[in-house]
Amino acid sequence: MMNTWIYARNLVVGLWIVFKRTFTKPVTVQYPEEQPYLPPRWRGRIVLTRDPDGEERCVACYLCSAACPVDCISLQAADNPEAHERRYPEFFRINFSRCIYCGMCEEACPTNAIQLIPDFEQSEYARRNLVYEKEDLLISGTGKYHDYNFYRMAGVRTRDKDKGQGEHELPPVDVKSLMP
Amino acid sequence: MAIIIVDNKSYTVDERQNVLAACLGHGLNVPYFCWHPAMGSVGACRQCAVKQFKDDRDQSGRLVMSCMTPATNGTRISIDDPEAKAFRASVIEWLMVNHPHDCPVCDEGGECHLQDMTVMTGHVYRRYRYQKRTHRNQALGPFIRHEMNRCIQCYRCVRYYRDYAGGRDLNVFGSHDAVYFGREQDGTLENEFSGNLVEVCPTGVFTDKTFFHHYTRKWDLQAAQSICPHCSLGCNTTAAERSGTLRRITNRFNSQVNGYFLCDRGRFGYEYVNSPHRIKRAMVRQERHQSQSRTTEGVPQPLEFAADCLRQARGIVGIGSPRASLEANVALQSLVGPQNFYQGIDQQKGQLLSTILKVLQTGPVPSASIHDAEQSDAVFVLGADLLNEAPRLTLALLQSIRQQPMEQVDELKIPRWDEAAVRNAVQNRRGPLFLTGYQRTWFHEYATDTYFAAPDDIARLGFAVAGSIGQGAPSVPDISPEVKDLTQRIAEALTHAQRPLIIAGTESGSQATIEAAANVAWALHQQGKQPRLSFVLPECNSAGLALLGGGSLNDAFDTIRQGKADTVIVVENDLYRRADQANVDAFFEAAQTVVVIDSVENRTTAQADVLLPAATGPESDGTFVNQEGRAQRFYQVFVSDGDVKESWRWLSDLGRATSQEGGSESGVATWRNFDDAVSATAIAAPELARIGEVAPSASFRLMGQKAPRQSERCSGRTSLISHLTMHEPPPPVDHDSPLGFTMEGYRGPLPSPLISQFWAPGWNSIQAVNTYQDEVGGPLRDEMPGVRLIEPVATKAAGWFTTIPRAFQPTAHQWLLLPLSTVFGSDELSNQSPAIAQRIGKPFLSLHPSDGARLTLEDQSTIDLVLQGTTYRLVVHLNPSIPVGTAGLSLVPEVFGVRVPTWVDLLKAIQTEQTRRAA
Amino acid sequence: MIDWSHTALTIAVILGSCLTLAGMLIWVERRLLGVWQERYGPNRLGPGGCLQSLADMIKIFTKEDWIPPFADKAVFVITPAIVVITALMSFVVIPIAPNFVVADLNVGILFFLAMSSLAAYSVIIGGWASNNKFAFLGSLRAIAQLLSYEVFMGISLMGAVILAGSFNLSDIVNAQQHQWFVIPQFLGFLGFFMAGLAEAHRTPFDMPEAEAELVAGYHSEYSGMKFGMFFVGEYLSILLLSAMTVILFFGGWHGPWLPPVVWFGLKMFGFIALIILIRAAWPRYRFDQLLSFGWKVVMPLALINLLVTGGVVLWRAG
Repeated sequence: MMNTWIYARNLVVGLWIVFKRTFTKPVTVQYPEEQPYLPPRWRGRIVLTRDPDGEERCVACYLCSAACPVDCISLQAADNPEAHERRYPEFFRINFSRCIYCGMCEEACPTNAIQLIPDFEQSEYARRNLVYEKEDLLISGTGKYHDYNFYRMAGVRTRDKDKGQGEHELPPVDVKSLMP
Repeated sequence: MAIIIVDNKSYTVDERQNVLAACLGHGLNVPYFCWHPAMGSVGACRQCAVKQFKDDRDQSGRLVMSCMTPATNGTRISIDDPEAKAFRASVIEWLMVNHPHDCPVCDEGGECHLQDMTVMTGHVYRRYRYQKRTHRNQALGPFIRHEMNRCIQCYRCVRYYRDYAGGRDLNVFGSHDAVYFGREQDGTLENEFSGNLVEVCPTGVFTDKTFFHHYTRKWDLQAAQSICPHCSLGCNTTAAERSGTLRRITNRFNSQVNGYFLCDRGRFGYEYVNSPHRIKRAMVRQERHQSQSRTTEGVPQPLEFAADCLRQARGIVGIGSPRASLEANVALQSLVGPQNFYQGIDQQKGQLLSTILKVLQTGPVPSASIHDAEQSDAVFVLGADLLNEAPRLTLALLQSIRQQPMEQVDELKIPRWDEAAVRNAVQNRRGPLFLTGYQRTWFHEYATDTYFAAPDDIARLGFAVAGSIGQGAPSVPDISPEVKDLTQRIAEALTHAQRPLIIAGTESGSQATIEAAANVAWALHQQGKQPRLSFVLPECNSAGLALLGGGSLNDAFDTIRQGKADTVIVVENDLYRRADQANVDAFFEAAQTVVVIDSVENRTTAQADVLLPAATGPESDGTFVNQEGRAQRFYQVFVSDGDVKESWRWLSDLGRATSQEGGSESGVATWRNFDDAVSATAIAAPELARIGEVAPSASFRLMGQKAPRQSERCSGRTSLISHLTMHEPPPPVDHDSPLGFTMEGYRGPLPSPLISQFWAPGWNSIQAVNTYQDEVGGPLRDEMPGVRLIEPVATKAAGWFTTIPRAFQPTAHQWLLLPLSTVFGSDELSNQSPAIAQRIGKPFLSLHPSDGARLTLEDQSTIDLVLQGTTYRLVVHLNPSIPVGTAGLSLVPEVFGVRVPTWVDLLKAIQTEQTRRAA
Repeated sequence: MIDWSHTALTIAVILGSCLTLAGMLIWVERRLLGVWQERYGPNRLGPGGCLQSLADMIKIFTKEDWIPPFADKAVFVITPAIVVITALMSFVVIPIAPNFVVADLNVGILFFLAMSSLAAYSVIIGGWASNNKFAFLGSLRAIAQLLSYEVFMGISLMGAVILAGSFNLSDIVNAQQHQWFVIPQFLGFLGFFMAGLAEAHRTPFDMPEAEAELVAGYHSEYSGMKFGMFFVGEYLSILLLSAMTVILFFGGWHGPWLPPVVWFGLKMFGFIALIILIRAAWPRYRFDQLLSFGWKVVMPLALINLLVTGGVVLWRAG
């Protein structure tokens, strides 16, 4: 019997607490008149960045597409004869009508190429306009990570970096040397 | 059987194994690098360390390499022992010290044994932060990419390349920290089995260059079982596709056929599927004799047009093909009627095939699988250039020559897997291998004896050997002393062996060699041996075509010439490769309507009035019968674009369209799916009755589900075609097989033909095949290795072949022109692959130096040769292995259509050209 | 003698205002929920967002009206109509002001009860015709809930009938000229209001359409204007519940200074606001709790209330 009274009272108290909200100010931000503050690590629109030398950072390793839980990233690797042994995506497509902005692609990316930026204003009237190709995704800056250059660390040879010229690399081994 | 105790649990294992193999066979994860099921143990990498205990009272134990420890009864080891774990962790850590951070651009990434082992060992954090060693890479030709930085010095590559595959040009150089695996200088890897380095290398030092050009990760590939169509051996492959292009071929383990390895033609020849010369649309030629001008209207019209032609035809000639599936040939046979079905190969080849069939069916000696060939302890090859005609068989023979020395190894109580000790004990001893032929290759260096002679002489040698072994076998009277000596040596070696293998080929066109081989095998059987016969056939389904029967190509030509028929249906056959141009031209000229069903443009498709695009192997379901008579199923890997359909489906559609007005449908017209095709094939010939047992039928389900072709992590589903349509159409439905074109379906143990790719949790590389076997190196669980259609029923030979040819006599003006197969160039389809095309040599004429002198030709000089009405520009190779009085013509794309062997007057043929040029 | 022109005018006014109010109520509810959840709610279209309902209506009329291929088509189409018709029919007997009623039936309450029982059918057959497991589960819940609460809804308002001595709603209103029945019939009011909430599928008794577990319950498969009918029907039920509460327990149009219609409207709005406040504040009951609460608590209370009221009236009458 006691419990019943407590339940009944709690119901009424709950009603009263909610009713009191009539006199408080709404917390709603009146977008778009009022622009909200988005933290720099906000997971919004996806971009492909370039390394400090201005080359595409994406090496078409397919990890973002594998990490994507909605399978909305697809790409095809190609080798660029201009930049020797430097792999790049022949196409890179994100279907934003499927994207859930979870940021797994950014986490998976080993070269900091794919990044989510604080921009969410992507609405379109036609769904097909939400399919972004590489031209739409590629920006000309480094995004959030300014100094990282995968090919400086990777050990493979590229046009502008011979074997042994990268960071933490010894000069190529001389096979013919018998020195201990 | 022995019982070993691993972490206090007992396991029953084969005591002939080592502990590592025994553990892997029981699904216990022991990391390893240098060990390979086909190549044994050397204990080089130290990664498979486990702790071994003396007995159950021993608490301290000692670290041993599990790959070097025999799994004797009572062996007590611990994998989980903390000390062993720490040891393995430190091994992987120092292996990784110099391993670069380039997994994202490494083609091995995602299917890398090193990645798997690193994860398995638990090495997740790299403490080393100093400088890494680098190496310069080498250009290793069109097949293999080299990235030496990634090397972890396990020595598998050189052990495979030099010790297993007999290669010479890959080696290890340098010393200590600077060990380098590569060639002495840049250049193409010469060995015909170099592609296996991609799978043998545990990391990304050697990667597939053809795959590099359209790279996709393993998890994104849609894959299914395929049977290699590039020679008659029928190696099992895994063909893998992504977004409409075939991306690569990898080896598919089949314990009876190809085991762990493929040849380069099979591995890199797949790109004919992606060729720009593929026929993708059904077409009708608007005006006769005006090639190239075809309407490209939709499917129904060409089909209707063809059906109209068939209805009005006075008679139909159906030409099948040894490279088309059994079902396609049966469909054609059913559509045109057996009396109008022609095999599509020339009379001579057809004759050879039926002789071979007769030998295998009526004789007491069974045919040999590649596995049998590996196990044989004496080999006698009659006139087949195995390295160029059936390369994978060469690799098997390279193992068979170890069989006899192995018996001595057993006497020394050295376990067979202890590779280093075995090599030490064996030294250079080799089992008997007798190679005969007329073209020397590097493989001949492994032979006990070689004999280079004209096909008839080779046959005589065979008959002589049979004569000296078998009682009552015809002997060869007038034989030279040297040959007699050789005969004795061969006969002795064969009679000393338990499992001798006799191999003969069809390329030389010599009936006598086949009969001689049969005689030798039968004689050995008579002596109580267990011999095996192996015949190298021209194409992937030659045996299946032979079982179906049917007239030869020449009969087809006659039928049209005599006006008994006016309509021709050619299925997957380039007739210009089978007969000389004039004959084929006349044939097509005389025919009213030519319907061609084929996949890649060739000279025959250019003659078509109606051209229907056929699906290639990886785009269709079908069955091939390989040279041992083993029927094997290949499954459709992907749905091609355009109007492409399987040949049997086109023929079925044609049958339906033709019989529409006639009322009831019968035969091929009633086929609705592949199961119908298989059941019709099963009754097409008595030998084919068991064809349905080759692989599960389309209605096969596990837990009510199909088996998926895609991996669980196949990506890009919602964006791969979103630039074309936003509507995400449903995936294609497969009515023909128990496989689905999606990542949905049953994920568990599957019958081997339904496995898409070998993969197991923690085992992403091809080494995952271990997890599919009960005993490492043994058959797969639920293995369906194909069905052997021809087994001997007789217990003794009915009678000897007695037609012994006369010895070959060089003549003054005529040379016997012999075909020289080339591993790259002689196969029609693989030639379409750009990588293979780079390896195809210039057409050459091979002459004995004395003949060269007679013709006043120098080595490497260029000549113009008129053959059967066509002029060919050839390079002269003076080669002492080619018999005097004969000339070898390399079978490369430029010289196809020349009917060899044939007699030719080289003096005239070459001189004519020289005078013409002079004029 | 019926005055046809007067009746026609009344019908037009009541029908018009009912539908308009039901439409506006959608916006009112969203705004009020916003107020109580410290946000704005729809405030863009028109002054204070009051045209939102219009926009919603345009949207809902132009939306694809999809009938699932697996549904029982005829029944599926009829259902939404039954919802709205039964709800509107009840308004026939609602006296908004003296002589401002369509039909001042002498069995007004029974008519109201009959109509609200009929509404139960729409829910049941709607869920059945959808041929969808969520819809079916929703309608199963609705059947049990409506059957249970129908019973004591009738019983709990009988007290008011006894006090007024009439089934006629105008008579009941007039009987409250001096004292609202809520005072002697507080238990009856509580029972009726709870039953009403359950009949209207409102929080905390909205199990038949619980979004979290049943998508939208019995109307999951409805789209376009068919869904709109269900929606309007629900708001009509709210209007009806408020109107009936006002009539039965809060003296109908009676009140000082202001005209009767205004009083009626104000009282009604108070209850509408209360219902919305309840939605904003209270969680949903579990289904078994709902049924056991109905049968084990409210039902006995309503019966006791009826017994005592009857006893008191008999005792007073001597």
